[in-house]
Amino acid sequence: MFAFIVKRVVQSIFVMIVIAFIGFCIKHQIGDPVRDIVGISVSAEEREALREELGLNDPFMIQFGRFLKNAAQGDLGLSYFFKKPALEVILAKAPATIELVLVSSLFIIIFSIPAGIFAAIRPRHWFSRFMMGTSIVGVSIPVFLTAILLIFVFSVELNWLPSYGRGETVNIGGWQTGFLTIDGLIHLILPGIALSSIMLPLFIRLIRSEMMEVLETDYIKYAWAKGLKPGRIWLLHAFKNTLLPVITVGGVQLGIMIAYTILTETVFQWQGMGFMFLEAVERSDTSLLVAYMVFVGVLFVVVNTVVDIIYGLVNPMVRITGRK
Amino acid sequence: MKRALRRFRASYLFFSFKRDPVAVVSFSILMALVGCSLLAPLISPHDPYDTATIDIMNAEIPPMWMDGGDKSFFLGTDIQGRDLLSTMLYGMRISVLIGIGAVFMQAVLGILIGLISGYVGGRIDSLLMRMADVQLSFSTLMVAIIVSAVFQVAFGVGKYEDMAVPLLIVIIGFAEWPQYARTVRASVLGEKSKEYVEAARVSGFSAIRIMIRHILPNTLSPVLVISTVQVANAVMSEAALSFLGLGMPVTKPSLGSLINSGFEYIFSGSWWITFFPGILLVLLVLVINLLGDWLRDVLNPKLYKG
Repeated sequence: MFAFIVKRVVQSIFVMIVIAFIGFCIKHQIGDPVRDIVGISVSAEEREALREELGLNDPFMIQFGRFLKNAAQGDLGLSYFFKKPALEVILAKAPATIELVLVSSLFIIIFSIPAGIFAAIRPRHWFSRFMMGTSIVGVSIPVFLTAILLIFVFSVELNWLPSYGRGETVNIGGWQTGFLTIDGLIHLILPGIALSSIMLPLFIRLIRSEMMEVLETDYIKYAWAKGLKPGRIWLLHAFKNTLLPVITVGGVQLGIMIAYTILTETVFQWQGMGFMFLEAVERSDTSLLVAYMVFVGVLFVVVNTVVDIIYGLVNPMVRITGRK
Repeated sequence: MKRALRRFRASYLFFSFKRDPVAVVSFSILMALVGCSLLAPLISPHDPYDTATIDIMNAEIPPMWMDGGDKSFFLGTDIQGRDLLSTMLYGMRISVLIGIGAVFMQAVLGILIGLISGYVGGRIDSLLMRMADVQLSFSTLMVAIIVSAVFQVAFGVGKYEDMAVPLLIVIIGFAEWPQYARTVRASVLGEKSKEYVEAARVSGFSAIRIMIRHILPNTLSPVLVISTVQVANAVMSEAALSFLGLGMPVTKPSLGSLINSGFEYIFSGSWWITFFPGILLVLLVLVINLLGDWLRDVLNPKLYKG
């Protein structure tokens, strides 16, 4: 087990270095930090001096080494637009995104588990068929369209829920949270639903198919033969073993949700990382863009590694062959 | 030709197609949509690219059947005064073109890598598959968004928009190759140890010939299955990128950029600019997905469980 963890960690460090390298190449190729710092009204000699001072004339690999060293210490460079460390800008925006992801994961868990279990134990019931039918429609509707539709119905037509922003937030030790005010919670509803809409059908289908597989196994038949109550068999015996693959896939999907936060945040003008990223693109803020890329990359790698290790801990079969 | 047609009509694929009403309906809708998009210059009532016929005074006219509607604009007009129906047809043309182009690109890339990885094996195999794993774990949409953002910053918005179609094909194609590579590799591994491959090897054929002439044809049925779903994914990715302003420009809109341009006007009540392109996009993706589902059930290949 120890060897498995070490192997996974070494692998993920390697992946992080590759991400950092790509990020550094982008930074190196596009955008001129000197121009971004001083503007256009500075003479050529002063520029050259500044270049030398910033170490921009050093060989490529030395500059990359410096970039890696700084990145490891949490310094991802200065945002040209905000004139602040890029990591600081990202971390200031992160709570908004994290809360959004949390809320929609909650929605997914609350709705997909009962729906998935029901569809597995009563596959021919009209409600299960209806759910399977709507889930393929759900997969076909892009997130941003769901979001726009929600805004149109609940904000523009019915005027029930707010359509943009985070509402009133409370600052707890630098973490701007919308969980503690009613206004903040109301603002979370629509973006949360929109973000969960793409994953929900996926999870219902996943839980259903895994659960149906488990229900076919011998120990479930034995449990029936023992005359246990159906509820006990479904929830205690079958569902427990369904959870294992669902958790793994779920962990990875949570990472993938970050990509969809960009779309959701754009529609709802949610002041999170995704919104910031698109603003950085519009402003050609290469430094912030690369910092976001490295930050998200590290997030993905950490999530995947943790999920892999947990899976390895629970299921000894994968330790050697790797996760399928 | 006639014999091929007769053979096709007697085949199991056609038999199960006829018996499945969902497949028949979605195939007909898909063909109608693709036909409309191919014939867009002929059948659309206006030419959205012809600036001479566009009048800004016609902007935001509601659909024909509503108050203030104009007979010559069936579904109304968008913010620039273009006929919405014509713009949608032209937009779907671009979406379909990018979808198919991107899938072609990722199929070529993925099949090549999958073949090499599966046939050669060893170090190369584990390196390529690790790359695929890493790229997949980042989610294809994320890769596409970041790559297109970098391209846009690097080229500048104007130049990026000029080259948008080929660039989007390359970006989306590049982002999704691992799907193909894994599927092809999995079936190559299954085929590799079969006797006809051994026979070919004993006959002294080169590795490239065995890979392309012998193994590849036997791996095509899973490729066909994922191709349908991949086209739907590529169309969705293109729409998402265009919606974020990283894809097709508003002057040459795809369905995604039309939705994006209409979104700002939804608050002032002009819902049709977003609504109709949205419906068309969902319909297009949905019928492709339904066909993909049907094809998977019929061909039932051992798909790589990802």
